[in-house]
Amino acid sequence: MSAEATKAQERPVTAELAKEFGLSAEEYRNALDILGRTPTFTELGIISVMWSEHCSYKSSKLWLKTLPTTGPQVICGPGENAGVVDIGDGDAVIFKMESHNHPSYIEPYQGAATGVGGILRDVFTMGARPIANMNALRFGSPDHPKTRHLVSGVVAGIGGYGNCVGVPTVGGETNFHPAYNGNILVNAMTVGVAKTDKIFYSAAAGIGNPVVYVGSKTGRDGIHGATMASAEFTEDSEEKRPTVQVGDPFTEKLLIEACLELMETDAIVAIQDMGAAGLTSSSVEMAGKGGLGIELTLDTLPMREQAMTPYEIMLSESQERMLIILKPGREEVAKAIFDKWELDFAVIGHLTDTGNLVIKMYGETWCNMPIAPVSNAAPEYDRPWEPTPKASDLDDSVFDGYSESLGDTLTKLFGCPDLASKRWIWEQYDSLVGGDTRFMSGQADAAVVRVPGQTKAVAITTDCTPRYCLADPIEGGKQAVAEAWRNLSAVGALPLAITDNMNFGNPEKPRIMGQFVGAVQGIGEACKALDFPVVSGNVSLYNETNGEAILPTPAIGGVGIMPDAMIAVGIAFKNEGDVILAVGDTKGHIGQSIFLREILGREEGAPPPVDLAVERRNGDFVRGLIREGLVVSSHDVADGGLMVTIAEMALPVASAPT
Amino acid sequence: MKAAIVVFPGSNRERDAVAALEAVSGTKPHLVWHRDTELPKVDLIVVPGGFSYGDYLRSGAMAAHSPIMREVKARADQGVRVLGVCNGFQIITEAGLLPGALMRNGALKFVCRVQHLRVENTDSPFTKKYAKGQIVRFPVAHGDGNYWTDAETVKRLDGEGQVAFRYVADEARADPRGNPNGSVSDIAGIFNAKRTVLGLMPHPEDAVEALHGNTDGKPMFEGLVEALS
Repeated sequence: MSAEATKAQERPVTAELAKEFGLSAEEYRNALDILGRTPTFTELGIISVMWSEHCSYKSSKLWLKTLPTTGPQVICGPGENAGVVDIGDGDAVIFKMESHNHPSYIEPYQGAATGVGGILRDVFTMGARPIANMNALRFGSPDHPKTRHLVSGVVAGIGGYGNCVGVPTVGGETNFHPAYNGNILVNAMTVGVAKTDKIFYSAAAGIGNPVVYVGSKTGRDGIHGATMASAEFTEDSEEKRPTVQVGDPFTEKLLIEACLELMETDAIVAIQDMGAAGLTSSSVEMAGKGGLGIELTLDTLPMREQAMTPYEIMLSESQERMLIILKPGREEVAKAIFDKWELDFAVIGHLTDTGNLVIKMYGETWCNMPIAPVSNAAPEYDRPWEPTPKASDLDDSVFDGYSESLGDTLTKLFGCPDLASKRWIWEQYDSLVGGDTRFMSGQADAAVVRVPGQTKAVAITTDCTPRYCLADPIEGGKQAVAEAWRNLSAVGALPLAITDNMNFGNPEKPRIMGQFVGAVQGIGEACKALDFPVVSGNVSLYNETNGEAILPTPAIGGVGIMPDAMIAVGIAFKNEGDVILAVGDTKGHIGQSIFLREILGREEGAPPPVDLAVERRNGDFVRGLIREGLVVSSHDVADGGLMVTIAEMALPVASAPT
Repeated sequence: MKAAIVVFPGSNRERDAVAALEAVSGTKPHLVWHRDTELPKVDLIVVPGGFSYGDYLRSGAMAAHSPIMREVKARADQGVRVLGVCNGFQIITEAGLLPGALMRNGALKFVCRVQHLRVENTDSPFTKKYAKGQIVRFPVAHGDGNYWTDAETVKRLDGEGQVAFRYVADEARADPRGNPNGSVSDIAGIFNAKRTVLGLMPHPEDAVEALHGNTDGKPMFEGLVEALS
């Protein structure tokens, strides 16, 4: 490959090409203004991914800023690779949930697998050893022709990756609804632990410091993946299969061990994984956060394919790669560690004082543009939005004609896809590797995993009830946070913080944007009332196919702490004669219930309102009882109400580890 | 008892094995890297679970040819006890320390669950603390645990007391639901002829403390400590 051959592959930079790359006419004009010239082909590619919805959060940023993100427990809130929360004794828990929806629909195994890989990297790049994975999955109707293929592919992909890297997958949630027929949701969450004085950040520092590339080689996979995730699906989405990356969990496992080993030394200045938009976003973000420039020479970068162009290299989303800024003179120390783990290692550039991103290859410069103006000019939209009309409450007339026995009703409810046993799924995940799993979710309201080498444990849950969010985004947003808080309290944990994974349709439609705005408002209210801040998150928009949007799905990943894993309680009843205590008012709300949907065949009404003060009081009470050792089992009343809750506590979980 | 745990790129249950051995023996085991060519002087060698080399070839096939395995085989020939768990079972079988082969699970899916096993032979340091016929629970977590060997070899293994554990349903019935992977004759673990080498798919190291829900794996490590100290 040569400079000439590269140029021969490039297309002339025009407004049309910019549009093809996902930039609006206004965004393209803005790019011309900043540069004062026409961007090069490589520069246009870089700008288009930096300004994509996926990377810039241009539709959501304005609203996400309103969320509470601080608290005495918070060490690092949103903006880094993951959120960091203090769990005492000099330990921190580091976690985040992230979507991989679009790729998983197109190629379920690899889409889901690389989703797990990506979120793992976000956590270990900050210095944490991952101790647990969770996932929140939404699929279409079970009788839709694609659902079976998607479920089996996604589950196998999650298992294939997580099992191999040796991080236990300890639970999550799986729902089915026809609104996901054309857009499934695959939200993966990783929780890790680190020492509070050994946390690594992404801001580059030190002019002249070497920029190091480690991990897998770069190939042509995933080019413009971030752009794909920023548009609706159409009939020809299948053709986007080549933009889905391929995962290599073995390399990820080596990368985890090598990075954690390097982190034991003092060689690292800053480190970031190459996720969406690969080398572009990692280099730009690291240099940008440090207020510096960065110059990369790509000739020595490890490549999997021949004759790659700078454009392809900068936009590739090949997996299992990290970018590291080293202290001067530490290259050999670092290289020895990566050699031991048989991973590629290359010094590909250095930091500069120019503030520019400079890309060189084949003896020429392909990109030379200022980082700060381009980053700062990333669009931020105040998109028009419509509040969701309030649904009216239902009266008792909905029961007209309902005459079956409660026993039959219970059987039907247990048979419905949302409430049926998910054993077929979770048996495919190694939930026990590490030997620290006390409960996986399903055995208890939250998964409970001991901090390695200690007695204390973190509790983890993922929650969202999309049908509530559709009927009333504000109450639905509140409910998702409240349920996460309740589930953590129900095992005996003190809830600490959440990560939010906002999955919605096309934000350019005011109705959809209204769902997003409402959900953020509800989440914010609940986080404030429960002292349960948002420390990390991810937004996935444009989950639409042929104009049909998914249910608004703000998935909440909650993390809590308890002093001893052995005080945690599960849901299973233990002894004959034990007293059953119901905490809280049972008011008989029917709107948006599973009963209404599955038995009466109607999806309507208002969701049950959430009283955050009562939520807090009841949760504190239950946690207190558990901590005093007075509780043998506990379960929150959720889908299916009291009857299903009691039945779930009575059903033996046949192959549970306890 | 001094123990060494062999670590391959992709091993992922070595920490579980360290914790179990340290808890029972009070001594931290040596971790030996796959590229090493020598083993410290030890009484027990553990080949742990995981996905050595990603198991992108047949499970365990690559690891079986790594430098350290020559030394493991040499020590095994001298009578040093070898315990291969899960991927470790696959590796030592591929290396020829045990007969047979491990194939993809019958249902073609990874399976992780707590599994009931019947102890078939107690005449070994690995199993001496169990009663013959005792039902124990160890977790399984594997995709390639479907043990196969020909009928004649199964007969010989049974006759020579080389079958260590069999999968059973909860009450020791010969119930196919008890077999998680389609293994021939419900075999979960086997010894070599001298019963100095044990390979098994289930994870005794993940059933050694209250947090694990049961401690049925602990007697295996206690037996080894008792026999080898």
